[in-house]
Amino acid sequence: MADLAVAPPVAAPARGPSRPVRRRRRISWVPYLLLAPGLLWLVVFFVAPMLTTLSTSLQEGDVDNGYVLTGNPDVYWQALQAYWPQIVRSLMYAGIATLLSLALGYPLAYFIASRRGRSKNILLVLVIAPFFTSFLIRTMAWQSLLASDGGLVRKTLGGVGLGWVYDDFGHLLQLLHLSPNGEILYSPWAVVWGLTYNFLPFMILPLYTSLDRLDGRLLEAAGDLYATPRQTFRHVTWPLSLPGVVSGTLLTFIPAAGDYINSRLLGNTNTVMIGQVIDSQFLRVLDYPLAAALSFLLLALIVAMVFIYVRRAGTEELV
Amino acid sequence: MAGTRATEDLRLVQISKEFETFTAVQPMDLTVPGGSFFALLGPSGCGKTTTLRMVAGLEAPTTGRIHIGAKDITATKAYQRNVNTVFQSYALFPHMTVLENVAFGLKRKGDSAAMTKARQTLDLVQLEQVATKKPAQLSGGMQQRVALARAIVNRPDVLLLDEPLGALDLKLRRQMQIELKRIQSEVGITFIHVTHDQEEAMTMADTIAVMNKGRIEQLGDPATLYEKPASTFVANFLGQSNLLRAQITGAAVDGVMPASTHDHDVWVAADRVPDGLRDVWIGVRPEKLRLGDAGRNQIKGQVTDASFTGVATQYLVAMPWGFELMVVQQNDGSPRAGVGENVTLSWDPGHEFVLDQSQAEDAGSGLVDG
Amino acid sequence: MAWFRKHLLTFAAMVTMTILLLPNVVVAIYSFNKPNGRFNVELVRFSLDAWKHPCGTSGICDSLSLSLKIGLTASLVATILGTMIAFALGRHRFRGRSATNLLIFMPMATPEVVMGSSLLALFLNIGMSTGSLAILIAHIMFCLSFVVVAVKARVATLDPRLEEAAADLGSRPLTTFFRVTLPLVAPGIAAGALLAFSLSFDDYIITNFNASPNSITFPMYVWGAAQRGTPVQINVIGTIMFVVSVAFVLGGQLVSARRARAAS
Repeated sequence: MADLAVAPPVAAPARGPSRPVRRRRRISWVPYLLLAPGLLWLVVFFVAPMLTTLSTSLQEGDVDNGYVLTGNPDVYWQALQAYWPQIVRSLMYAGIATLLSLALGYPLAYFIASRRGRSKNILLVLVIAPFFTSFLIRTMAWQSLLASDGGLVRKTLGGVGLGWVYDDFGHLLQLLHLSPNGEILYSPWAVVWGLTYNFLPFMILPLYTSLDRLDGRLLEAAGDLYATPRQTFRHVTWPLSLPGVVSGTLLTFIPAAGDYINSRLLGNTNTVMIGQVIDSQFLRVLDYPLAAALSFLLLALIVAMVFIYVRRAGTEELV
Repeated sequence: MAGTRATEDLRLVQISKEFETFTAVQPMDLTVPGGSFFALLGPSGCGKTTTLRMVAGLEAPTTGRIHIGAKDITATKAYQRNVNTVFQSYALFPHMTVLENVAFGLKRKGDSAAMTKARQTLDLVQLEQVATKKPAQLSGGMQQRVALARAIVNRPDVLLLDEPLGALDLKLRRQMQIELKRIQSEVGITFIHVTHDQEEAMTMADTIAVMNKGRIEQLGDPATLYEKPASTFVANFLGQSNLLRAQITGAAVDGVMPASTHDHDVWVAADRVPDGLRDVWIGVRPEKLRLGDAGRNQIKGQVTDASFTGVATQYLVAMPWGFELMVVQQNDGSPRAGVGENVTLSWDPGHEFVLDQSQAEDAGSGLVDG
Repeated sequence: MAWFRKHLLTFAAMVTMTILLLPNVVVAIYSFNKPNGRFNVELVRFSLDAWKHPCGTSGICDSLSLSLKIGLTASLVATILGTMIAFALGRHRFRGRSATNLLIFMPMATPEVVMGSSLLALFLNIGMSTGSLAILIAHIMFCLSFVVVAVKARVATLDPRLEEAAADLGSRPLTTFFRVTLPLVAPGIAAGALLAFSLSFDDYIITNFNASPNSITFPMYVWGAAQRGTPVQINVIGTIMFVVSVAFVLGGQLVSARRARAAS
């Protein structure tokens, strides 16, 4: 089970002596044979589509009369002008959801890493298992939970005389401009909450992997050297879990920024995210150059942010 | 540097530790004099590391109190105790430089001169040149010295060493033993050294407590433990012993007592025999036995094995009743015996120790007379 | 204070666990519901109807079986290709290493909507029709990187001296690979395959771009249902998948634990 959790960390931190010692240095064709089929797959079905998108974005024309490659980058300006609010909103929602996931995920990852034996495995399974119930079904379950009339949360709280907690939370959201009318469901807050919930396992698993590798004796040593538990966390635990924090935040932020399911199911017309725009431009409006330009913009923005972030965090093993 | 502060005694009063499934340390009392080099010696699982961890505050005792001088520190947390540990695994922080590692404790205490003191301590362990490196870039011996520096820089009341030399090779270990001894006398801190290596304990410590099954079997200076072990366990764990089953057959005459082992009459020093004991083990160290009849007690036997080690020759000599005695003959020019040769073994009264026969004979696993 | 802190952590962990599992509990509860209208949003009364006829609404089991087929095929192919790449990266030194790493990383750094739309653009350009095959191709593509990461982590912790020991004991390279290396890497491969399957089975966005009207996967069926009315059977199947996956993984754990105990 421990290995399941090794899966998502993109930055599987290869610190310490775990790197394999390679003795034979002769160049051989074996690695290329091993790489060829997989890399070919990625070149044909990932790189080529990206190039197609780039080329599409520089074409002009319409569906009925066909497109011609003109190399005119104006569409990028149009895309930015028309949809910058959705782009900014997407990055903001994804950013907040990532921070929330980190805050929620870290204690659980730490808790699981500190367990032994069977209880550890069961907890890990429970983190991953929701994946197998389609995330659409689970997101719809949040609709039933959060709805103001007939929602399970409101009903349960009301049943024990705590209905005001639900209402006050709605008012608070309204005060914070996170809900237009005090509704909890169909508000920006609900969208961020949905993103947080959906990508939480992607945060927890890499965090768990880093924390599980953490040598407990280092924590004892810190305590022995006069560090209070808080200082031990700040100076030892947190820095040593950074690789997990970096991969966890990336694995949460990237898909969250491009997601539109949560916005569609839990949001309103003012929570439209960029993924929704791309989807409808592509599949409904059929403005391929604009959709392609938006796709490319989103990708470029994310890649740029990832590189700055990774450099700041000082984890070179990522790429 | 020595004596800048009066170092205080560490006192353990009726301390014990029970885990869910077993008792690691039986209730025991122990006083470690301030400024001494003290060793806790015993086989793995004897409770020595648990005792150490209780002193460090990493384990809460089930019963008993821990005092340093007049202060009762039983209820304090590890980070509140002026006690530091050199961990067996060193436990150096991999993300910090050597200097940051050494300064860590002082910084937590808010010492503004942390960096300067850390540099000075690195000087003391002769590592000033690697201050900016990460621990992973250092050799095992260097890491060990960093771990030591990181602990002593705090000038703790008590420094705990948990098998700190276990991971080093023999030559480096000898070197570090001398180094540790030098540093201890230089800084004058109480050192408590946990080890399963009897030679290491004897080389370094002023006082040794031999532990077995969660109890202290014997406490004393190395020579006393070796010459007058109080139990078969100590006799066998510290060096090697030949234990002969014997009876005391008479009263003391001129300071010696007659005894009989397998129908051989021997004499033992009267002051070595506990009062009123009749059935005893007579223990003789291999190097106290001599080939030839120069000693007063004599037994004949046949050499079954001889191995030459340079400074000495080690023999196994079969007794008429089947038991094999181990004999170490110094390479002092005297003639060596060959395998199959019949020899006379002798020793003088007073070179033996006498133990109660009711004790488990193979405690500490030695050579035991059947 | 320490007691409080210790239990604060447990409390925080349990809160997160509750958030993770709460929707699954809701899904399970609603699977026993008999709703009044087409939408299964309000609990009306207890009923086992949906459990008795899990395929009782048209198309649901066809979509489930398509998703299972695509999921199994995609995870199988992605696992084989990904394991090969992981071995090349973990065991060999070659030119173009960092380019390879970048190529592996990029699909994970690309939002699904970008991948899905780009792939559709490519398929449209080369005149390939969308449908099950297009979906399968896409799934293999985005699962591949995750398999590589999972297996590589395991390969990296493998002690090369074990293989040398096998060779020293007279084992041929191929035998060594199948008797020593593969069993040791197997947990990583299993983890990668499981992750690949779950990602494929649960994917909606990329799938939606490359699907045709006669290749409705389970998530697409659910999405469509969300617009028109949600049959209770969706909850039944969601609950079954959850329980089966937990049982499957825990069962695997139990078997390997028993084997380990028998071996020691």
